[in-house]
Amino acid sequence: MEAKKNRRHTISVWVDNQPGVLSRVTGLFSGRGFNIESLCVAETMDPATSRITLVTSGDEQIIEQIIKQLRKLINTQKVVDLSELDHVEREMAMVRVKAEDKSRAEVLRIADIFRCRVVDVSPTTYTLEITGNHEKIQAVLSLLKSHGILDIVRSGTLAIQRAKKE
Amino acid sequence: MSTKRTGAQIFLDCLEREGVQHIFGYPGGAVIDIYDELTRRPHIKHYLVRHEQAAVHAADGYARASNKVGVALVTSGPGATNTVTGIASAYMDSIPIVVFSGQVPTHLIGNDAFQEVDIVGITRPCTKHNYLVTDIKHLARTIHEAFYIARSGRPGPVLVDLPKNVQQASIVPEPLDPKEIRIPSYQPTVHANPRQVRRALDLILQAKQPVLYTGGGIIHSNASEELLKFAEALQIPVTSTLMGLGGFPGIHPLWMGMLGMHGTYCANMAVANSDVLIAVGARFDDRVTGRLDAFAPHAKIIHIDIDPSSISKNVVVDIPIVGDCRDALHQLNNLLKKEEPRDWAALREEWLGRIREWDRKHPLKYKKSKEVIKPQFVVEKLWEVTGGDAYITTEVGQNQMWAAQFFKFKRARQFMTSGGLGAMGYGFPAAMGVQVAKPDAIVIDIAGDGSILMNIQELITVVENNLPVKIAILNNAYLGMVRQWQQLLYDKRYSATDLSAQPDFVKVAEAFGAVGFRATKPEEVEPVIRKAMEIKRPVIMDFVVDREECVMPMVPPGKATHEMLLA
Ligand SMILES: Cc1ncc(C[n+]2csc(CCOP(=O)(O)OP(=O)(O)O)c2C)c(N)n1
Repeated sequence: MEAKKNRRHTISVWVDNQPGVLSRVTGLFSGRGFNIESLCVAETMDPATSRITLVTSGDEQIIEQIIKQLRKLINTQKVVDLSELDHVEREMAMVRVKAEDKSRAEVLRIADIFRCRVVDVSPTTYTLEITGNHEKIQAVLSLLKSHGILDIVRSGTLAIQRAKKE
Repeated sequence: MSTKRTGAQIFLDCLEREGVQHIFGYPGGAVIDIYDELTRRPHIKHYLVRHEQAAVHAADGYARASNKVGVALVTSGPGATNTVTGIASAYMDSIPIVVFSGQVPTHLIGNDAFQEVDIVGITRPCTKHNYLVTDIKHLARTIHEAFYIARSGRPGPVLVDLPKNVQQASIVPEPLDPKEIRIPSYQPTVHANPRQVRRALDLILQAKQPVLYTGGGIIHSNASEELLKFAEALQIPVTSTLMGLGGFPGIHPLWMGMLGMHGTYCANMAVANSDVLIAVGARFDDRVTGRLDAFAPHAKIIHIDIDPSSISKNVVVDIPIVGDCRDALHQLNNLLKKEEPRDWAALREEWLGRIREWDRKHPLKYKKSKEVIKPQFVVEKLWEVTGGDAYITTEVGQNQMWAAQFFKFKRARQFMTSGGLGAMGYGFPAAMGVQVAKPDAIVIDIAGDGSILMNIQELITVVENNLPVKIAILNNAYLGMVRQWQQLLYDKRYSATDLSAQPDFVKVAEAFGAVGFRATKPEEVEPVIRKAMEIKRPVIMDFVVDREECVMPMVPPGKATHEMLLA
């Protein structure tokens, strides 16, 4: 048998916008031992529908099971594995970084290179908003780390399929 | 029709529209309005169980026997939590039931009110779907959706939680036809893809050593006739899971018996040596497959199932077919008609000959005795005396396996057991449900002395309602199946499995107003059974059996099926 390869998958799930639906989804993952790396959920243009973007990983058989189990939920309208399609991913992080005398300019320079926005300033810190894909956020964070990260909050991944370009 | 109706009235209107004639339940403060309204509904008969778990198992047995949706009704809090085992069992076995629970009034939800419990949260992972109705406007639609979900697709239990103020509120109901219920996000695939069916048939036609491995899906989809036709046409031997028993006649030359942990030698060997395995409405459960990499190692696998998530869950299959088993088998039979006829009996001679040889070498057997009653002997006699026609339910453990091995089921919906969950205490209340659905039939719960005590209180329910259920206790004064594991796998250390301290079951029967008989010698077995079958009242038959008898063959857990221990 071939070695089973684990891959990261980004999956979009359209569900009825009703109480308890999110816990059906997360309960499915915990109950069946699937992992969730991140999860975002919000209403769509149609207030009766919410869209969940979740990131998980597993071998092909596990991902297939995850998708089938998601589809099996009565409140699930549609499931799409975006990893199989051309798509764009974004995450966001807000980071409070120590920025005193000598490092103040350096932090701003990093922010500038990666097109971060400064969303809050204090005499000894900057708070930056970083958006980008998973890798970019990791890259910025590793650069900022040496300056001292005082606080951090990160979103899960959002993803959307690219439009067909005929 | 512009008069107002209360939630309780709407609830029972909906049940009547769904054709419900029987419900199993237990009242309490949170459903008292429904019980009050019930006094004005002569067309719905309510059976007052003596424990809510029994209400759900009874609804389950009723559903299996009648091919209708079973209904249970309980109060909030402890009434609701008592149903969880029954719901979980129905979920694992895909049985269509709807459980209605009372709930505290909506304004108290979340306040830790008296007898409040989040039953929707508790049962989320063990129901096909569940609902909390917070507004009387949604009540009727929700109830009809619940029935629709329970019975369609892969069937299963649905719970509907009904706050007390919703039962008491009133509105002018909008007309609603349950046949019109559609849920856009829920569209089970019933019709199997014809191209996949064609591919499957091509593979089957080339097979030299095919095996049909069937499960509960055959029963749920009423596919037995199509299965029989298909197996006979191509002379394919058939084995089934515990849940599939009765789906194929137990005295047919192509029948190999059950497969898996306590399956027959020939069924397990046939699967191990098959070149094409046709799984129909079965789910490759670990009790069936044993060690996975040794299960049907040479076979191409075709898997027909209505639940896509059952396919390639445990075993990767070559040809998946999503759809109703009967539909898929019907298509296969139709395609077959257009094929060039071949002499399948001759072509299959060698393969069927090998299977007969395995069966001759190691048939299902046990050491007969003139001194002690062998439990298998009791099951054989039950089969004989009832002409194989009785409805059989079981408890869990050795009794369940002996029933599965030695009662040769004639037809679908004749056998009810808690297969997936393995819930001791299932058999007796389930038998009660079966008897309600089939008032004139002989219904026997084949029980262990351990399991029967888990819902023994229902004796009063069957006595009260003149339900002549028979209980055959294979009394080994042990938690027999656990003892068997301790004997074979734990060096005979019998930890907490000795049940020598037990009630006098004959007196127990009598105390409840039922009839009790005991047999202690082999020659007493048949007369006791005959007497019991003639009495139109509930009877306990207490068979004092060989204490340390083991269920054989046995594939030890985690072992390959060909590594089975034999009698
Ligand atoms: C509710 C529940 N508790 C525990 C078990 C574990 N268990 C499986 S078989 C068994 C023994 C059953 O004993 P008995 O009913 O006497 O039947 P026997 O095996 O002796 O026929 C037990 C305890 C179970 N299946 N269900």
